[in-house]
Amino acid sequence: MGLEVLKVGIVSCSGEAIPEGTLSRLACRKVLDELRPAETVTICLPLFIAGGPEERDFASKYPTITVDGCEKRCAQKSTEKLSGKPSKSLLIPEILEKHGIAKPTSLRNLRPEEKAAAQVVAEEIARAVDEVLEG
Amino acid sequence: MNQEARKVVVLPCSGIGKVYGAIARETTYELMDRVRPGVVVTTCLPLLVIDDPEALRLVRENPVITIDGCPKSCAHRSVEAHGIKVAKTYQAINFYKAHKDLKPDGIAELDENGRKLAAVAADELAEAVDELAAGEVK
Repeated sequence: MGLEVLKVGIVSCSGEAIPEGTLSRLACRKVLDELRPAETVTICLPLFIAGGPEERDFASKYPTITVDGCEKRCAQKSTEKLSGKPSKSLLIPEILEKHGIAKPTSLRNLRPEEKAAAQVVAEEIARAVDEVLEG
Repeated sequence: MNQEARKVVVLPCSGIGKVYGAIARETTYELMDRVRPGVVVTTCLPLLVIDDPEALRLVRENPVITIDGCPKSCAHRSVEAHGIKVAKTYQAINFYKAHKDLKPDGIAELDENGRKLAAVAADELAEAVDELAAGEVK
């Protein structure tokens, strides 16, 4: 039996209708695949409704970071309502403002500067993962 | 096409874990941007999870097509959880089964095969969109 490694759950806005949603998905995948692959897991947000108890237990099994693309905060609200209180809740427009980055305008086929913005957002999420793991 | 066509709402899987979620999303964007612009619209699926009034009105007042990325069928079930009947429902993996020369790869960003598959799927869904826009399908 190996040591249990604590992982942080990432719940991304899926934001199909807004560019910030695309940025959120891309940034979260970077964290999951490149920046903190051993420390993070994810769940598709609508599984809180469509899934079973196992999916709805997500935020009680993992300390969770929500990443939202707009002020409607679907990821944060859904997680709070259906799973558990997130450890941290990030908002893409706030991260972009903090770094002086313009709002994205592409729903798909992100321009180079938008991909660079996704990298900045991913690094912010990775820092939040570290903070959660450090307690 | 009918000049007075209704909007048709296409809701893709919002998953960020599987390639077929990305295919569902890209197919939706192909329908919106290239195949049936002005007719096909979408909204963020999680807005239905938080009972957003504007998103709920959109799916109540217009025919809805869902495209899911896995058998959990979140898109379909998220609409029907509100007592709204989905007009047509698709599984993105079936687009690949019909076009096995286009094996897709990529999640955050699709590869060339994935983009081609989504374009072909969108072309094939156009007829269903037109029927719904014309009110021929309940």
